[in-house]
Amino acid sequence: MSDNEGETTKAEQAYWKENIRLLVTLMAIWFLVSFGAGILFRPFLDQFALGGYPLGFWFAQQGSIYVFIGLIFFYTVRMKQIERKYDLDD
Amino acid sequence: MDTQTLIYIFVGVSFALYIGIAVWSRAGSTKEFYVAGGGVNPVVNGMATAADWMSAASFISMAGLIAFLGYDGSVYLMGWTGGYVMLALLLAPYLRKFGQFTVPDFIGTRYYSKVARVVAVICLIMISFTYIAGQMRGVGIVFSRFLDVDITMGVIIGMAIVFVYAVLGGMKGITYTQVAQFCVLIFAYMVPAFFISFLITGNPIPQIGLGSQVNDGSGMYVLQKLDMVLQDLGFGAYTEGSKSTIDIFCITMALMVGTAGLPHVIVRFFTVPKASDARKSAGWALVFIALLYTTAPAVGAFARLNFVDTVNNVEYSESAEWFRNWEANSLIVWQDKNGDGVMTYSSGDAFEGKPEFTGETGANGERLVSNTSNADSTNEVYVDRDIMVLANPEIADLPGWVVALVAAGGLAAALSTAAGLLLVISSSISHDLLKSTFAPQISEKGELLAARVAATAAILVAGYLGIYPPGWVAQVVAFAFGLAAASLFPAIFMGIFWKFMNKEGAIAGMISGLVFTFGYIVYFKFVVSPDANVAANWLFGISPEGIGVIGMLINFGVAIIVSKVTTSPPIEIRQLVDSIRVPRGAGDAAAH
Repeated sequence: MSDNEGETTKAEQAYWKENIRLLVTLMAIWFLVSFGAGILFRPFLDQFALGGYPLGFWFAQQGSIYVFIGLIFFYTVRMKQIERKYDLDD
Repeated sequence: MDTQTLIYIFVGVSFALYIGIAVWSRAGSTKEFYVAGGGVNPVVNGMATAADWMSAASFISMAGLIAFLGYDGSVYLMGWTGGYVMLALLLAPYLRKFGQFTVPDFIGTRYYSKVARVVAVICLIMISFTYIAGQMRGVGIVFSRFLDVDITMGVIIGMAIVFVYAVLGGMKGITYTQVAQFCVLIFAYMVPAFFISFLITGNPIPQIGLGSQVNDGSGMYVLQKLDMVLQDLGFGAYTEGSKSTIDIFCITMALMVGTAGLPHVIVRFFTVPKASDARKSAGWALVFIALLYTTAPAVGAFARLNFVDTVNNVEYSESAEWFRNWEANSLIVWQDKNGDGVMTYSSGDAFEGKPEFTGETGANGERLVSNTSNADSTNEVYVDRDIMVLANPEIADLPGWVVALVAAGGLAAALSTAAGLLLVISSSISHDLLKSTFAPQISEKGELLAARVAATAAILVAGYLGIYPPGWVAQVVAFAFGLAAASLFPAIFMGIFWKFMNKEGAIAGMISGLVFTFGYIVYFKFVVSPDANVAANWLFGISPEGIGVIGMLINFGVAIIVSKVTTSPPIEIRQLVDSIRVPRGAGDAAAH
């Protein structure tokens, strides 16, 4: 994905790199709460309870959705900062 | 006032509102018709996206599916929300920066090829029609039950309403009608959910109620009680589910990626002013969607508890009014196998296949069916899962105005999605097939007329599919996701993140992903007998609902290999990719 050919400026390359790093981190969290906690580790997490919810079941039917919302808004805020830093915002 | 009068009033007022908005916001130019002029506020756009997105399947079928599937229903909850993370992070801001009108526009330009554009149009039309069939069936169900007309008449009324605001108003018209429809549908969904949560647990917030203790003095939690009651009747535990882990994994993934590849959702992000607004707008869309999606599991669980309580071991002569109402609409059947006049509800099918009514009534006044009884099970009750949300207020004995509200909400959900789909179909025909491929000299006025004619034709096809529905609402919808995941998503994703993807790779990838996924689904759903559509025969144990993931991998693999052995894309395409990666200048892009 780092296919620079001198067609872009230094600022654009650095901006894109930071964007990719942020993307990879956030997509990893996205994967962990849904496919991880909600599916692959559900049988293990279900031993614990969150109120009347088995924990894995809670992640599958409620928790992952709340985390998804948090991820998007965090990305929105961070990207704005990164874009300002490199003077590339709209 | 009786419930029926209230329903006419609620539905009538909401329809008048939609049509009023459509007339007020008529589209005068192609830009208004395709992308609402491009100046929609991101919060407003989020709301419109939520209505566009939440279809008859979300509103009517999803809670019912969860009620009967338990944990397995999580695939819809995570799948249909997780896709928004992919949209916001991987696609929406870049597509907005690119700044054109349709999804095939992006694919056609990025892959510098009319062939790629036409292949994208074909994918888009297949996806949209698969999806729209489910919406029209939803309209039919709601109308036939609540407006007391037959399904055909109901679909025709629905077509007429959509015709007015999609054909007249284009994207500009549907954006603002969808905002109104969102308000109607979310209010209609939440009100009975609050009531039912309060009745069962004493806590009116359904998201908390589902994790609370049942109000019956037993001290048991809702989910605990549900597990126990269902296991007593011979079902599996509610919180365990019965699908294999790989199948759950693949279905969830297919629904997520499919969401991110659905053209009628993507196109909504073309309507905001800036690239950063596209991200914000995806966040707001998910907030509005989550209101319904975190409520649905509670509605499903409460509905299942109530259903068991009011049906099992109850004498038919004592059965509730809602039971008779839905029996009259052919969605509930009681077959008195043991002849004791008492309804038994347990695991297994009551009889084979869909109910075939004989037109006669039995000893207790129930409608008789000619289906062969299933001797392996003591179950006597057939219930169509689609009724759970619609019947819920009646099952919980809520007042008439709540029932009327739910009717209006169900129609809002189905109509808003149908309109969004009609619009992407018509704009890809008028813009991508006519203006950009076969008739480039067409005038703006001619293009607008073509878009309206195409929208009209699409409504007629959709209406036909609604009157002769190809299957369950949610199941049909799930196929659209598999097709979107396997065809459009990889082409768009690689178009942004891999500069060296070329036209040969993208075209070969889209075709192979689409053909594989479509073939697999058709084979298991229509070619082999239903008995052969089981895990033992599936590829790696993945059901047709989840196979889009494999189709997507095939698409990626074929695309990468083909592009490696063919010439890399021209320099101006690499510059285009560079320019869509940075947000600066998105305001001007729409004008080129």
